[in-house]
Amino acid sequence: MNTAEQHSPQEPIIEVDGLVAYYGSRKILDDVSFDVHGGEIMVIMGGSGSGKSTLLRHLLALNRAVSGSIRVFGRDMGDVSSRELHRLRQRMGVSFQNGALFNSLNVEDNVIFPLREHTLLDDNTMRIMARMKLEVVNMAGFEKLMPAQLSGGMSKRTALARAIVMDPNLLFFDEPSAGLDPVVSADLDELILRLRDAMDVSIVVVTHELDSAFRIADRILVLDKGKVLVIGSVDDVRNSDNERVQNLLNRRSEDVVVDPDEYMHRLTDELTGL
Amino acid sequence: MMVRPVIEKVGIGAVQAIEEAGYQFSLFVESLYWLIVGPFLQQPVRLRIIVSEMMKIGVLAIPIVVLLSFSNGVILALQGIATLKDFDAESQVIPGIAYSVTREFGVLIAGIVVAGRSGSAIAARIGSMQMSQEVDALRVMGIEPVRFLVAPILVSMLIMMPILTLFADTAAMIGGGLYSGIVLSLSLTTVLDRSFDVLVLYDVLQGIYKSLVFGLLIALVACSNGFSVTGGAEGLGRATTRSVVMSIAMIVVADMVFTYFLTR
Repeated sequence: MNTAEQHSPQEPIIEVDGLVAYYGSRKILDDVSFDVHGGEIMVIMGGSGSGKSTLLRHLLALNRAVSGSIRVFGRDMGDVSSRELHRLRQRMGVSFQNGALFNSLNVEDNVIFPLREHTLLDDNTMRIMARMKLEVVNMAGFEKLMPAQLSGGMSKRTALARAIVMDPNLLFFDEPSAGLDPVVSADLDELILRLRDAMDVSIVVVTHELDSAFRIADRILVLDKGKVLVIGSVDDVRNSDNERVQNLLNRRSEDVVVDPDEYMHRLTDELTGL
Repeated sequence: MMVRPVIEKVGIGAVQAIEEAGYQFSLFVESLYWLIVGPFLQQPVRLRIIVSEMMKIGVLAIPIVVLLSFSNGVILALQGIATLKDFDAESQVIPGIAYSVTREFGVLIAGIVVAGRSGSAIAARIGSMQMSQEVDALRVMGIEPVRFLVAPILVSMLIMMPILTLFADTAAMIGGGLYSGIVLSLSLTTVLDRSFDVLVLYDVLQGIYKSLVFGLLIALVACSNGFSVTGGAEGLGRATTRSVVMSIAMIVVADMVFTYFLTR
């Protein structure tokens, strides 16, 4: 039995503690801490540049933290061997913002892909499993289409079928509603809720769409400029007295107070002869 | 001081070049690791992907390699006969072509064609996968991109470059032989007999050794450029162009270095 499977259901599936991340010399995440429990949908919300995509990349172990720790299924992602990381990743599914489908493979082969790489199942069994998942995401009948022939919503649903084909315990969604019309977006939200109930999976959704976040979240984490503003239930976030959270919820732009000296410094920085 | 920015630029360029060479070397080592250890970890480098790459890199390049090499053989015969006429030594053009083609021009033409065709295609393919997060998707599925994308390309290059070189050698010798035969009133069989009389295995092997080095360089330069793509469509175009230019430049420089050592 591998160590990842020894994880107790009472423990959080994800534990992030004091995470700090930089992009070059710019601090993107500053002391971010939270956890995700079994079977819950955690929505990470924030505006553009808030650091939510960077946080997702760290959760997926695509980036390494400068300081702080991320534990997934009880294992420290900064300290796992590549073999263990490989095993942990087989228990996760990711639906990327634009689907990230393999352009050279059709819909069915995209969904089969993880099975082909990680299992020794025969071809027919893999095809049946892929078609079952495509049924779940309402993509039955489109098996032979190529990614270039799919609409935005279809790409995201196919990516979701690929993400769940290995029956993961943890699912990540990067901006599931981005670029979709409100009806398709609502359908996808329903699908996420149905999946959680049917598969008993923990789900982390990164989004900037308020309606979608409030529809699906058990808990919401609001990020702003790399810091956690608030973390709690939908009502906790709605009733937060933090001004920046309310600005985000009410789509208000923030008044920026200009310091004249700093402003002049920004304009003339690195210029010579002044 | 005007000198400082120049020195800084040279320094930054040197550091970037060393970083890039190091990255290419790490791709090579990682590919070897997956080729050797992968099967024991249930993560083998897939044969069907290698075959598919061999098709794209090698088999589909045969017609253009044969055409260019045939033409090159004819050009060598034209130039050789014109030059040797002054010394009444036209018949010496046949061994001249045999030597120069097997040691030098066959492999160079194969290398330049593969760098132009596959160097750009590989960089563009990996680069667009990088841009559309397909490489990230591979990683989060627990599939190492180097095992899945780089190792099959490396193996295919190392198999197909020597084969293409042999095709190029043969086509160039037939091209040169046909023209020389017509001008010098010799049959093609006689010309080829004379060619093979002077050739030894080492002449052909010189080209084959070089082809392995060229294949390695093209694969690593193309893959590293593909993985380094940033900045959207413009970045992709830049990486593709850079891949071809760098591959061809490295091939020619490597050829010079190898020829120096192999002919001593």
